[in-house]
Amino acid sequence: MSKKNNKDTSTRRDFLTTVTATVGVVGVGAGVLPIISQMNPDSSVKALASIEVDISNIQEGKEITVLWRGKPVFIKRRTKEEIQKAEQTNMKDLMDPQEDKDRVKKSEWLVVVGVCTHLGCVPIGGKGEYNGWFCPCHGSHYDTSGRIRKGPAPTNLEVPKYEFVSNNKIKIG
Amino acid sequence: MSSEKPNQQYEPVHTNKVGGSPFTGVTGWIDNRLPIIRMFKHEYLDFQVPKSLSYFWSFGGILTICLILLIVTGLSLGMHYKPDAKYAFDSVEKIMRDVNFGWLIRYAHMNLASFFFIAVYLHIFRGLYYGSYKEPRQLMWLIGIVIFFLMMATAFLGYTLPWGQMSYWGATVITNLFSAIPLVGESVVTWLWGDYSVGDAALNRFYVLHWLIAFLIVGVVAFHVIALHIVGSNNPSGIEPKDTRDTVSFSPFTTSKDLVGMLVFLLIFVAVMMYAPNYLGHPDNYIPANPLVTPAHIVPEWYFLPFYAILRSIPDKLMGVIAMVSSIAILGLLPWLDFSKVRSSVFRPIWKQCVFLFVLDFFVLMYIGGAPAEGIYLVIGRIGTAFWFAFFLILAPLVSLIEKPLPMPDSIHEFEEWKKQGKIKTIKLFNR
Repeated sequence: MSKKNNKDTSTRRDFLTTVTATVGVVGVGAGVLPIISQMNPDSSVKALASIEVDISNIQEGKEITVLWRGKPVFIKRRTKEEIQKAEQTNMKDLMDPQEDKDRVKKSEWLVVVGVCTHLGCVPIGGKGEYNGWFCPCHGSHYDTSGRIRKGPAPTNLEVPKYEFVSNNKIKIG
Repeated sequence: MSSEKPNQQYEPVHTNKVGGSPFTGVTGWIDNRLPIIRMFKHEYLDFQVPKSLSYFWSFGGILTICLILLIVTGLSLGMHYKPDAKYAFDSVEKIMRDVNFGWLIRYAHMNLASFFFIAVYLHIFRGLYYGSYKEPRQLMWLIGIVIFFLMMATAFLGYTLPWGQMSYWGATVITNLFSAIPLVGESVVTWLWGDYSVGDAALNRFYVLHWLIAFLIVGVVAFHVIALHIVGSNNPSGIEPKDTRDTVSFSPFTTSKDLVGMLVFLLIFVAVMMYAPNYLGHPDNYIPANPLVTPAHIVPEWYFLPFYAILRSIPDKLMGVIAMVSSIAILGLLPWLDFSKVRSSVFRPIWKQCVFLFVLDFFVLMYIGGAPAEGIYLVIGRIGTAFWFAFFLILAPLVSLIEKPLPMPDSIHEFEEWKKQGKIKTIKLFNR
C-alpha cells in the first residue's frame, strides 16, 4: 500500500475496475454476437431469394401460387371488373390506405405475398366479403387489391419486390 | 512470522466439514461426505405436513411422475426421430410402425403432455381455491407460473416436431406472435426462423429447444420444491399447523396417499392412451406439412384453447398478443390483488363462487377457442375475456374488502372435528 496518499490508490483501483469491466463487457458481447447471429438466415438461404415465373398461361380471373423464400406468392390476372373495384375504392374505407396503382406495376397483374399479415396463414382466393382473399385462421378479409378490409390483420398483403422481365415473365425478389 | 502477536485470539476455521451424520456404516460414511441422505430423511421421512391434506395435494407428486415419464419417453423418441424437414414426418411414422414399441412410446409421450396439463390445471385450481398463493407462499406461486410458461413453450415446440399440417401452421401462427412487437418484430421472427418462413432451420432449432426447456423445467421445479420445504404445505383449512395434533409425517402418511392419487391418475391416463390415443390430438397432423395450404380450421392443442380464445377476441394484433400473455402473467399478481387474510375458500362464501365462475369461464373460453372466430362465438369470447381479467383486477380486491368470512376453527385438528360434525363443507370427492 502506498504511504503517501490514499486517494491516489483508490483512483488507480477504480480505473482498473472500470477497465476490467469494460473489457469484460466487450468480450462477452463479442462472444455472444456469433451465438445470436448463427440463428439468422445464412447466405445459402439468402441466395435463393429470387425466382422467375412464366405467367403466359394464366387466364383472366385466375391466379397461381408460387413458392418464394418458402412463402406462397399469389400472381393474379385480374378481370376488368376486379380492377375497377380496386381502383375506385374510397381511401376512407381502408384500414391501411393505399391506392391500387401503388400496389401494381400493370393493373391487370396483382402480385402479393400470400401470407396473412396477422399471424402468417395462407388466405384463400375468391373468398370473403370483398371477393379478394379470406384468411381461415382468424377471419381477415382482403379485397381484389390484397388490401385488408376487415378482421384482425393490421396491414395489406405485402407486395414483394418484382419486375417484368418480358411480357410473359416476371422476376420476384 | 514476526507479525504474530503472542496474546491474540484467532477465529478457528473449519474448511473440513465432514461429520454430523445420524447414520453409521457405509451410509454414514457417504452421508458424512455428501449429506444428501440426511437431507432426504429430513425432507421426506421426518418432514411434517398438515394432517388435513386432501387428494388435491397429490398433484405435485403426480406432476413429478409425469415429468419423469415425459423425459424417459422423450429420450427414447429422440433416439429415432430426425429433426429435418425432409425426414421428420416419415421418421415419426417409422417410430409408429417399425421401431419396437415405438407406437407405445410415442402415444405415451403425446398423451402424457396432455395429462401433464390436466394435472397442472387441477394443481392451479387447488392453489386458487385454498389460497395457496398467499403469504408466505407468494414466491412459490410465482415460480409455479414460470414453470407453466416453460411448459407451454416446450409443449408448443414438441407439437411442431412431427411436421404435420397442424405442426407447421401452429408453428407459423405462434412464431408470428413475435411479429406484433413494434419496430423489430419482423427481424425477430426471421431470426427465430433462420429463414423467411418456418422451415428446416426452424424445425432443427425447435427440436433442440424442446429438449433444453424440458430440462429447464426440471431445474425450476427443483426451486419450486425447495421453496415448498421452506414455507410448508398449505391445507384445506388454510390454517398453519401449530402443534403435533395438526400434523403427520410425510412418510408413510402422505407418500401412501399420494401413491393412491398417482395410481388413479395413471390408470385414467393409460385408459385414454390405449383406447383413444388420438382423441386429444388433431387428425390434420397426420397430413405432411404443406407451406402452400393452410388447414381450413386451424386450432391449437386443447390446453392452449382458453388463451387462444383470448388472443382472438381482441381485434388488434399487438393488443391481442399482449392480452394473451398477460392473461397468464396476471396470475402472478393474485397474491397482492387478493389481500383477504383468510386463505381457504371453505371460509370465503363469496370468493368461493368467484373461483367457480372463473373455472366456468376457463371452460367457456376453451370451447370458444376451438370454435370459428365469428358471430356469437366472438361475442361470448369477448365476454369471457372481460370476465377473466375482471376476476383478477376487480373481483379479487373487491371481495377481499367486502366479504365477511365464516367463523373459523383455531387449529387444523379442530377443523377436522368440525368436518366430522358436518359443520364444514369440503369437496368430498377429494377427501382422504
